[in-house]
Amino acid sequence: MFPELIDTRPLRRAIDDGLNWVVRNWSDEFEAAAYPLLMLLKAIEDLLIATPWWLIMAVLVGIAWLATRSWKLPAMVLVSLLFLGVMDLWEDAMTTMALMIAATITAIVVSIPVGVWMSRSLHVRKVVTPVLDLMQTLPSFVYLIPTVMIFGPGKIPALIATIVYAAPPLVRLTDLGLRSVDPAVMEASRAFGTNPRQRLFGVQIPLALPTILAGINQTTMMALAMVVIASMIGAGGLGYQVLQGIGRLEVSRGLFAGLGIVVLAIIFDRITQSFGRQLQGRIGLAEVR
Amino acid sequence: MNAIDTHTDLAIAMRGVTKIFGDDPETALALLQSGRSKSDVQAETGHVVGLDNVSLDVAKGQIFVVMGLSGSGKSTLIRHVNRLIEPTAGEIVVNGSDVLKMSLDQLRLYRRTQVAMVFQKFGLLPHRSVIDNVAYGLEVRGVGKAERLKEAAKWIEIVGLSGYEQSRPRQLSGGQQQRVGLARALTLDTEIILMDEAFSALDPLIRSGMQDQLIELQKSLGKTILFITHDFDEALKIGHRIAVLRDGAVQQIGKPEDIVLRPANEHIEEFVRDVNKARAIHVRSIMEVGEHEPCAQSVPRDARCEDVLPLFAEHQWVGVVDENGRQIGRITAKQVIKALARHTPGVG
Repeated sequence: MFPELIDTRPLRRAIDDGLNWVVRNWSDEFEAAAYPLLMLLKAIEDLLIATPWWLIMAVLVGIAWLATRSWKLPAMVLVSLLFLGVMDLWEDAMTTMALMIAATITAIVVSIPVGVWMSRSLHVRKVVTPVLDLMQTLPSFVYLIPTVMIFGPGKIPALIATIVYAAPPLVRLTDLGLRSVDPAVMEASRAFGTNPRQRLFGVQIPLALPTILAGINQTTMMALAMVVIASMIGAGGLGYQVLQGIGRLEVSRGLFAGLGIVVLAIIFDRITQSFGRQLQGRIGLAEVR
Repeated sequence: MNAIDTHTDLAIAMRGVTKIFGDDPETALALLQSGRSKSDVQAETGHVVGLDNVSLDVAKGQIFVVMGLSGSGKSTLIRHVNRLIEPTAGEIVVNGSDVLKMSLDQLRLYRRTQVAMVFQKFGLLPHRSVIDNVAYGLEVRGVGKAERLKEAAKWIEIVGLSGYEQSRPRQLSGGQQQRVGLARALTLDTEIILMDEAFSALDPLIRSGMQDQLIELQKSLGKTILFITHDFDEALKIGHRIAVLRDGAVQQIGKPEDIVLRPANEHIEEFVRDVNKARAIHVRSIMEVGEHEPCAQSVPRDARCEDVLPLFAEHQWVGVVDENGRQIGRITAKQVIKALARHTPGVG
């Protein structure tokens, strides 16, 4: 047994009391601050559910065609979506998709500027990197419980938990992409008298875009990985079906909903990856170096 | 170290430029200035001396070549002219203005309007078409789209890339890519062009063609060109003046034939040994000066030894004439042979 050097109980009690105090006095403010997030999620969800199924299918198949210009991926997307419809998972799938899209949009808005900032300053990178490590490795329940205490069970804590888990890869890959732009090109740009903004938007971001897109792909995948946990605190959707399957020992329900999540993951993974490849080809990074 | 007279017609003047790479260059600089050698400084402080007290003058309308092996500091030197690298000490004056005293905004304006640069690795933007690459400098300068594309198209034609305007850089060969790089620099219409080993990555035949094109362009446009190379033959072919750099210090500055005929030290002599001297030496620098009696065959005054050699098969004397066709000297095969043989080891 490790010798007891200090008494940790007061420390733990202080943290617990502190949280309780925040919950008592600040939860309204927190909820107000998170309200835009809720509105975003609601808007996306309402839109997806109100849109007729055939239109959503047409749009996704069309996007898949734009990303690859061949029939294979669109056909796969069509079959996957038909599976969701036939298995009576359509509405749940739309709820889950809405959560994923809202989390991804928020992650993009937050992560890309942070990634840009990180790529420009060694100090910022030193500070942000451990935070990202923490966000990715800390078991989600650890921060889920306080978020539920503050916001109450529902969509907001589910969305926040998803964002916390899904944003780090995008930050990392934005930083990596910006830093690995060919220094010879950056120097040439500098020699022509560009200012930092011209270099960022004219050279760095366009050349880092394939890497940034890989980050967005990772973010969508990780957001989908969170749906079961998110449904425990009221996100609904496919994750809720899985939970119910577990709770009622209905293996089939859990299996079909689980497959539904896999199907969504495949659709979004393949589409974003194809866009990344297309972009790489256009920039010419695929053949060079 | 003398202050630079800003009223001369020098395009670029550098005085005592020293660059030390490391965290605490001042300490290393003090050591260096107290007379310690570079290897001493490096051993003691761990700092690398990139340039050591470099002074040179580049007159307007000249091709000035800085020649040195890899690691001699030549690429560091050229980056001081547009301040891509900050010197540790020294003075740099370009077209009469002190580059080191410029604020960031002034420096950007200076880079946009006064010096253009061509790079060894081309440095083209892979996501833009050829014409957008060539127009890049003007775009940064804020020139409108129609005007900059018109100007870019003009220079693309001059460097011989018409028809490739909409191609991506990666679709072009190395030689073509460097033509894009050259056109991008020329489009800015700056008085000074910096060329950092611009032709070193190219095949010999293409390189030779690019050198000829550069000489032609310089003649017609009268630009000042600071050209960096590790290839002595290239330096002799295109340079009006040559500076030889070694370990960050200037070893010798002079006209090509000065360096070939009178190498300042053994290091330079080693270069000279392998070089095609017949190409490097102008006949006017070894001829018998004077009008003499007219010769049956004559060459212009900027002819080189290799140009007159075939003529000796038929004639004993070959005349040298100026632009107006007046004879200013004459030369025999013996004189040429003497000049070519002078520094060959084991002879004399």
